[in-house]
Amino acid sequence: MKLSTRHLLSINDLSRKDVLTILQTAVSFKEISERPIKKVPTLRGRTVINCFFEDSTRTRLSFELAEKRLSADSSNIGKSGSAMAKKGETLLDTIRNIEAMRPDILVIRHSAAGAPAQAATATRAHVINAGDGMHEHPTQALLDLMTINEVKGRIKGLKVGIAGDILHSRVARSNMLLLKKMGIDVIVAGPPTLLPVGVEEVFGVRTCYDIREALPELDVLMLLRVQRERMGEQFFPSAREYARYFGVSNESLKGCKDDLVIMHPGPVNRGVEITADVADGPRSVILGQVTNGVAVRMAVMYLLLGDGPSE
Amino acid sequence: MAPTDHIANESLPTKSGEAFFQGEKLMGPTTVKPLLSEKEMEAELTRIAREIVAEGTENVALVGIRTRGVPLAEWLAKRVESIQHKSIELGSLDINLYRDDLSEVSEQPVVRPTDIPFSITGKGIVLVDDVLYTGRTIRAAMDALIDYGRPRFIRLAVMVDRGWRELPIQADYVGRKLKTTADQNVKVMLKDIDGVSQIVIKRQEA
Repeated sequence: MKLSTRHLLSINDLSRKDVLTILQTAVSFKEISERPIKKVPTLRGRTVINCFFEDSTRTRLSFELAEKRLSADSSNIGKSGSAMAKKGETLLDTIRNIEAMRPDILVIRHSAAGAPAQAATATRAHVINAGDGMHEHPTQALLDLMTINEVKGRIKGLKVGIAGDILHSRVARSNMLLLKKMGIDVIVAGPPTLLPVGVEEVFGVRTCYDIREALPELDVLMLLRVQRERMGEQFFPSAREYARYFGVSNESLKGCKDDLVIMHPGPVNRGVEITADVADGPRSVILGQVTNGVAVRMAVMYLLLGDGPSE
Repeated sequence: MAPTDHIANESLPTKSGEAFFQGEKLMGPTTVKPLLSEKEMEAELTRIAREIVAEGTENVALVGIRTRGVPLAEWLAKRVESIQHKSIELGSLDINLYRDDLSEVSEQPVVRPTDIPFSITGKGIVLVDDVLYTGRTIRAAMDALIDYGRPRFIRLAVMVDRGWRELPIQADYVGRKLKTTADQNVKVMLKDIDGVSQIVIKRQEA
């Protein structure tokens, strides 16, 4: 069992068969996290370096736990302590130095789109994109798909809405690519200023400005965080106005399917894109997504190493 | 454990070896010699079941090793239950994450779920597998099992012991013990997987 790609930089690297293989493997790996002894010896002796050049809590912890539960040796590079930030070293020089210490996998998060792809040119290790700027976050999309399959028992024929700040969201980009690849109908919604130009043509999705228009036909609604660190004040007047017109509350969910499921990649801005009663309510699978994240990352690392030791 | 069978209704690729009579046409002819029929397999399993019951099944569970050990363990459990008129606990174990050759094989093996719906601590475990050969699968199975707790004992039941051990491992219950050559392949076929239950010895002509 192996993937058709050496790195996971974008959902475009994966074939449909790769996606199914990752999901199936992740379902098996999920059980390991339920054991009293949450560890298997599978990646013993393999070295994984987590390079988080941009802040992260959930994703970094999720990767670290995935590595530990597979018995890989892992080390972390953070944003503040790295020579790159403090002493002016370039990304490629940093990666070359890491490469000189013979890692097997590099997990890279960076605020610049394409940074993991550039890093992949300077190392023989497998590179996993853990989020690059406004580009992609492929493992997030995979864990979302795993959660959808788990809750709905199927993938084909579903309708998924993605609502919020589509423009700045790498989660939305990876999810649009993955869901369309797997034959899911996707509708994206958000304020006009936060819908990327040409999103319909590029990703093959439908758009609307108010998710309530599409609500009755949706099986899954993914909400996105309003990313204030990536935008100025010019995209919408205020958080309160955003919450009033675009936030999702139990009130705005009236008319949805009985079994509509609410997802959110975190961190949640309670009271902005989602109200607390929806985030904590029975439709929410937000914490289930987090659980599946560890399993999906275990599966991706296990399968990427499937072409033997890196040369 | 949620079933994976739903994923997009597409069948996932399995490693070769499942395709028993296919994909080997490039080499010389394969001779296939029957060893045990379904009836004879049932008789051997009944004998093993009697031995297990005689040694006591109080707080004892059967655990099949994927793939073929699982239906075999189910079959053995039925024989045990028909003798003692009482059910016996049953689990399944995937040992791929514990293999000692992960760095040598070119592709990662397909990992399937392990399903042990009971605590194994303090319990007697009878591992069930189809063929005992090098002993490496059983070594991995013992490691996997011990990650779930501390069993009172682990015993081993196999349908066929074909010799050629590479580790100091022996079975406690054996259907048939055979002397084989390295170019032979002992294939335990089971209705659930292969459509027919029988044991054959295959030999690849040069």
